[in-house]
Amino acid sequence: MTTVAAKPATMAQALTRALRDAMAADPAVHVLGEDVGTLGGVFRITDGLAAEFGDDRCTDTPLAEAGILGTAVGMAMYGLRPVVEMQFDAFAYPAFEQVVSHVTKMRNRTRGTMPLPLTIRVPYGGGIGGVEHHSDSSEAYYMATPGLHVVTPATVADAYGLLRASIASDDPVVFLEPKRLYWSKDTWNPEEPASVEPVGRAVVRRFGRSATLITYGPSLAVCMEAAEAARAEGWDLEVVDLRSLVPFDDETVCASVRRTGRAVVVHESGSFGGPGGEIAARVTERCFHHLEAPVLRVAGFDIPYPPPMLERHHLPGVDRILDAVGRLQWEAES
Amino acid sequence: MTVMEQRGAYRPTPPPAWQPRTDPAPLLPDTEPYRVLGTKAADRADTELLRTLYARLVRGRRYNAQATALTKQGRLAVYPSSAGQEACEVAAALVLQEQDWLFPSYRDTLAVVSRGVDPVEALTLLRGDWHTGYDPYEHRVAPLSTPLATQLPHAVGLAHAARLKGDDVVALAMVGDGGTSEGDFHEALNFAAVWRAPVVFLVQNNGFAISVPLDKQTAAPSLAHKAVGYGMPGRLVDGNDAAAVHEVLSEAVRHAREGGGPTLVEAVTYRVEAHTNADDATRYRGDAEVETWRRHDPVELLERELTERGLLDEDGIRAAREDAETMAADLRARMNQDPQLDPLDLFAHVYAEPTPQLREQQAQLRAELEAEAEAEAQAQAPADSASAPQGGHR
Repeated sequence: MTTVAAKPATMAQALTRALRDAMAADPAVHVLGEDVGTLGGVFRITDGLAAEFGDDRCTDTPLAEAGILGTAVGMAMYGLRPVVEMQFDAFAYPAFEQVVSHVTKMRNRTRGTMPLPLTIRVPYGGGIGGVEHHSDSSEAYYMATPGLHVVTPATVADAYGLLRASIASDDPVVFLEPKRLYWSKDTWNPEEPASVEPVGRAVVRRFGRSATLITYGPSLAVCMEAAEAARAEGWDLEVVDLRSLVPFDDETVCASVRRTGRAVVVHESGSFGGPGGEIAARVTERCFHHLEAPVLRVAGFDIPYPPPMLERHHLPGVDRILDAVGRLQWEAES
Repeated sequence: MTVMEQRGAYRPTPPPAWQPRTDPAPLLPDTEPYRVLGTKAADRADTELLRTLYARLVRGRRYNAQATALTKQGRLAVYPSSAGQEACEVAAALVLQEQDWLFPSYRDTLAVVSRGVDPVEALTLLRGDWHTGYDPYEHRVAPLSTPLATQLPHAVGLAHAARLKGDDVVALAMVGDGGTSEGDFHEALNFAAVWRAPVVFLVQNNGFAISVPLDKQTAAPSLAHKAVGYGMPGRLVDGNDAAAVHEVLSEAVRHAREGGGPTLVEAVTYRVEAHTNADDATRYRGDAEVETWRRHDPVELLERELTERGLLDEDGIRAAREDAETMAADLRARMNQDPQLDPLDLFAHVYAEPTPQLREQQAQLRAELEAEAEAEAQAQAPADSASAPQGGHR
């Protein structure tokens, strides 16, 4: 078997490749959304798909998100495997009724006779200088809705592996793409994209002994940077990348927290009613006797997403993470 | 340079010639609802079809009465009756071929039953032992949709998918007058027209969205006129004239099957009962209005046509009613049996495989059920053995 050396690729390229490979492998896979055809999507993730597979497999739809997802539901009912692109996080809200009333419930309300294998791709999060309605962290809405898987990659390899797994899943998946990572590069071997990651498994990105940073998607890189900076303070931080918010990998998260005894959850989403509250509660319920300090959250503020010239104050950064780590009751150990 | 000189130098380019994208005239509905019964059109109607429609209407009327009675006996949690609308319900099912799909709303269990679904399974949602009681693929009937108009884009997507696969499938989607105000109605019709999807949209304009009359719902000349804005034909039909509804829907289905794209059909009818058994219609409408519509009853209209033309006699009427009674007795008997429930099923169909968290919750419920069963067994045990506690704190 010939192998091609791993070379730098962007997350956007990995996502495009995942879509292309999924469409080539299964004629039931159809891509639909706004501008996904001729243009290749506003982020160019569907670039070349219409040319290769035709307009019927990669379809420019009318500009109506509820209609896009609603028709995708009907296509899935007929045995297709639609992959829907929502252009931006905050443009996906018109489709929300279809998500909560049908996408998430169809399997359950029909006693398993009518599963809906469809993937909803949503570019999400901030950090790209977008004007309003272009930078929302909408994961908490989806997490709170039973029947969905909620998946988000933080690395180039995961972008490929998790998207392939999501499309192959017989359950509906909201696939959240951190748009500030679209152009992030990583060494990745596109000829050996064998790692079709199972949905629902977290991964330890950095091993450490002092405390665990629990994070996902756009905040992973910030946490890795914070972990490096923490060495100067004498902290050896572990970093867990959740990869999937639903299903939630209690096992990997709790194993880490039991080792380190301290945990901080980091995400862009607001803290009130955000994913961090659920994660902190789960960790506390399962690891209480291993904890040296309360589980803390470093999150976006509980405000409408700020204008681009102010967004850096909102997004969790290295300093805010290190401040939180510093509040993990270290004095108890001395 | 003066302003006048500047103007003189300017040579505007004319815009590209504008043309209407579609000729709207053929898309426009008739000025009055189309009728067959009591008109010359009835002469060319297929008499066998009329007899079939009659038998189905009588059954449908009895079905509505039986289901309403079951709410009073506590056997149904709620029933939104389609009494007075049986012509639409029955015809919608009859015009479809086996491979076609029906997309009903919550008031359309009669259409679902008319398509061949077991009435007990069609009423499961309203009894409350599960949501959808039937396998949608068995009779190609989508689950009853409670959120208004949200099933319409599903019909479009399914019909579009079938066409892409080269399958001969038409989807007929049902919605009420209130549902036409929903965004999903608009988006579904727009997608269907753009994709030329083989879909028929049947709007049963029964006059009310619970209590709100059509005047407060729309300013359109008719609901059928809305079709023109999407570039599809709109058809207006008397929804209580079963022969007319059947003819108009059949034409729309044929048009869709032949690749002509979608049609919007507005059937003008009337909800003679309240919204559901839990509603009080006297708060928003008068008896006189209801009486007017009761005199334009779909069962009586067809019965009169058939008897006047010698196609139906007393024996025929009696036979139809007896057949309906048999159906009702069977439904009553089967609905009077308690459904078998397994609470642990709650976790079975949320995902293809339950998540670890759902497995934990299922185990929790199982423990609760076991404790309940144990407590019940102890409570039923003879009094003398009750003096020896077996442990446990319940």
